[in-house]
Amino acid sequence: MLYFTRWKAAAIVLTALFVCLFAVPNFLPDKMVASWPKWAQRHVVLGLDLQGGSHILLEVDTKTVRKDMIETLRDDVRRVLRDARVGYTGLAVRGTTVEVRIREAASYDTALTKLRELSLPLGGILGGSGQRSLDVSNEADGLIRLTQTDPAVIERVRQSLEQSIQIIERRVNELGTVEPLIQRQGTDRILVQVPGLQDPTRLKQLLGKTAKLDFRMVDTGTSVEAALQGRAPPEDEILYSTSQPKTPYLVERRVLVSGGELTDAQPGFDQRTSEPIVSFRFNTSGARKFAQVTQENVGKPFAIVLDNEVISAPVIREPILAGSGQISGSFTVQSANDLSILLRAGALPAPLTIIEERTVGPGLGADSIAKGKISSYVGAAMVIIFMIMTYGLFGVFANIAVAINVAMIFGVLSLLNATLTLPGIAGIVLTVGIAVDSNVLIYERIREEVRGGRTPINAIDAGFSRALATILDSNITTFIAAAVLFYIGTGPVRGFAVTLGIGIITTVFTAFTLTRLIVAYWVWWRRPQRVPI
Amino acid sequence: MRLLRIVPDDTKFDFMRFRRISFPISALMSILAISLYFFHGLNFGIDFKGGTLIEVQAKSGDADLSKMRSSLGALGLGEVQLQQFGGPSDVLIRIAEQPGGEAAQQDAVGKVRTALGDGVDYRRVEVVGPRVSGELLSYGVVGLGLAILCILVYLWFRFEWQFALGAMIANVHDIVLTIGFMSVTQVDFDLTSIAALLTILGYSLNDTVVIYDRIREMLRRYKKMPMPDLLNASVNQTLSRSVITHVTVSLALLALLLFGGQAIHSFTATMMFGVVLVGTYTSVFIASPILIYLGVGTGRDAMTKSGK
Repeated sequence: MLYFTRWKAAAIVLTALFVCLFAVPNFLPDKMVASWPKWAQRHVVLGLDLQGGSHILLEVDTKTVRKDMIETLRDDVRRVLRDARVGYTGLAVRGTTVEVRIREAASYDTALTKLRELSLPLGGILGGSGQRSLDVSNEADGLIRLTQTDPAVIERVRQSLEQSIQIIERRVNELGTVEPLIQRQGTDRILVQVPGLQDPTRLKQLLGKTAKLDFRMVDTGTSVEAALQGRAPPEDEILYSTSQPKTPYLVERRVLVSGGELTDAQPGFDQRTSEPIVSFRFNTSGARKFAQVTQENVGKPFAIVLDNEVISAPVIREPILAGSGQISGSFTVQSANDLSILLRAGALPAPLTIIEERTVGPGLGADSIAKGKISSYVGAAMVIIFMIMTYGLFGVFANIAVAINVAMIFGVLSLLNATLTLPGIAGIVLTVGIAVDSNVLIYERIREEVRGGRTPINAIDAGFSRALATILDSNITTFIAAAVLFYIGTGPVRGFAVTLGIGIITTVFTAFTLTRLIVAYWVWWRRPQRVPI
Repeated sequence: MRLLRIVPDDTKFDFMRFRRISFPISALMSILAISLYFFHGLNFGIDFKGGTLIEVQAKSGDADLSKMRSSLGALGLGEVQLQQFGGPSDVLIRIAEQPGGEAAQQDAVGKVRTALGDGVDYRRVEVVGPRVSGELLSYGVVGLGLAILCILVYLWFRFEWQFALGAMIANVHDIVLTIGFMSVTQVDFDLTSIAALLTILGYSLNDTVVIYDRIREMLRRYKKMPMPDLLNASVNQTLSRSVITHVTVSLALLALLLFGGQAIHSFTATMMFGVVLVGTYTSVFIASPILIYLGVGTGRDAMTKSGK
């Protein structure tokens, strides 16, 4: 156990040194590290609880996705039957099913064939699952039922999740923060982590808005008061203004031009009133539609609707042919800026709900770092002193091994670009405890072997070989606990599991190699007559 | 320099005789802990219950708790708890989960921000909606069960089944007592507590495995020694190690407890109880003597004879 070949000793020392070196960038100023090659720049990332920032978990509103899908299906059925000139009655949505009754038996087969074409195979070209987006069934009396399949809904949720991630990315990047993280979680969630944010209110406003912008006509044929009393025409709806007090408007349901046709939106100031405004530009088809609408409706008001709220309802003074315009609606500089960010990034396919938020202010983060440092230093100092008091020179050996152990933990964490959280620091402190324990196990065993009457070198040798088996067993059990923690944990708990797990691996490594090497070197150098523990 | 010897060489404590005291005590404590859990309950934090937690710090001077309490109480947010947290300028605000789904939680935070105004810094805001809290709890419970199961399987492979069972009983005992501790102290039971429980589990096992390792070694070496004597010898031989290790772990934990700040205070307090008090006691007074009842070592003579 105490004999090392020269190359083996060299390999052990080099491995330890190599891993430790990766920890170096953490302790140097960023400027110095910036000129290094990329692989050497890896460093430990401070968790949001240490550097401050926001962690926000968003969920796609699956209910809305379902509702949108079924309503689109109903409209499709109407369109298909009208195009095929098939008479029908009772077109209605029932849960996840659209029902329609065909009037004449003669056209029943045509209708069925046409409606079957609405059902598409799922999974693109390669998806040979044989599943389709709809179940079409024909009942008695010319009744046809079109039912949405679950895989179709799942597929749509997946698509809207992916689109949403892209849009969220664009929105968050506009905030100009450093290293935001936007990640898919599970089937219907998005995790947004933005470090170093003082107040997440603005971020949440940007995330929570669907940003669906429509240009629609205001119906001047019926008065708003009459509509409020329940006499609104079916093609209209009542929407309220965004500004206080909430003013009702009677707006046509038909969308003239949608926000999807915008190519750009920028905040600015009105030249006359110097109020904040948002100026926008349509793409070619949007510009054409907008020109036509404004030509036909000079003198009438139209509404600019954002997420079912009226931002403003200006009167069209002259046809707008250039395809650009401006929105003014009691904005502040900030809200004009935010609206243009939202319009540029595009509308979310479905609303997102914030289901979890954790924000740590930078002050608390700095405090936590300071406290983590103090407690680590104090803990380390107490352990070092206690080990030297108990084992003397061997205590010094143990302390060296533990110090290298901690350096290696930082090295591995840097190598993995891992995140260090406050519980992570606790994990490191606990690892110190485990690492010390491995040394204690070895030394206690050596003491026992000495008492059993062995010669010093024999006792040390036997002590190592017997203790190492125990160290392995006990560390594997702790490692299993750490692995399970990592698997089930989120955020801070995971940070704890990572440092604990890495710590256990480095502990076993140092116990099996470095501690042994140090003691072996000392034995070779001193040729001890008795073991000093 | 004379080295420190906390435990003298060659101790000969009769640990196995204590089982007549330690088993009833442990059984009693476990029942107490379980009834505490059912009748006193755990102080579930927002991770598992949902709701909002806001930590604020007065920008100047001390925080005026009673003024904050009355202004927040007027918001109609249901149960609002205020608590001094760390220094006199820091206040922890807990708001119960709002009825009305995910968006209602966010509205509540907005109301609190308006009510408290500019006089405070927001050090921490955590909002957990009803969806997430349910999942987190089931993840936590599943995780704990999964960990125990994995460890059990490992021990079963590494030792005999009696050892695995013994360690498992010791483990459940530790977890139950620690949950009892959490119920008495009413520390926030959240995700960090699950982390603490799992670490306690790991540590306690670590300790148990060290002693079991020695027992296995003794079983191989002394075929004829009566079981209680053999167990006693094993525990005595590893006693010095157990004590020294626990002193060092306690030192590390003590540093965390004293200087680690409020954020991890409940975590370290729980660990201190679980690792230092319960874990050590369990491996010596429960995990080892229970092997007598589980029938470890019976039939050793028969095996050696047939082996020859």
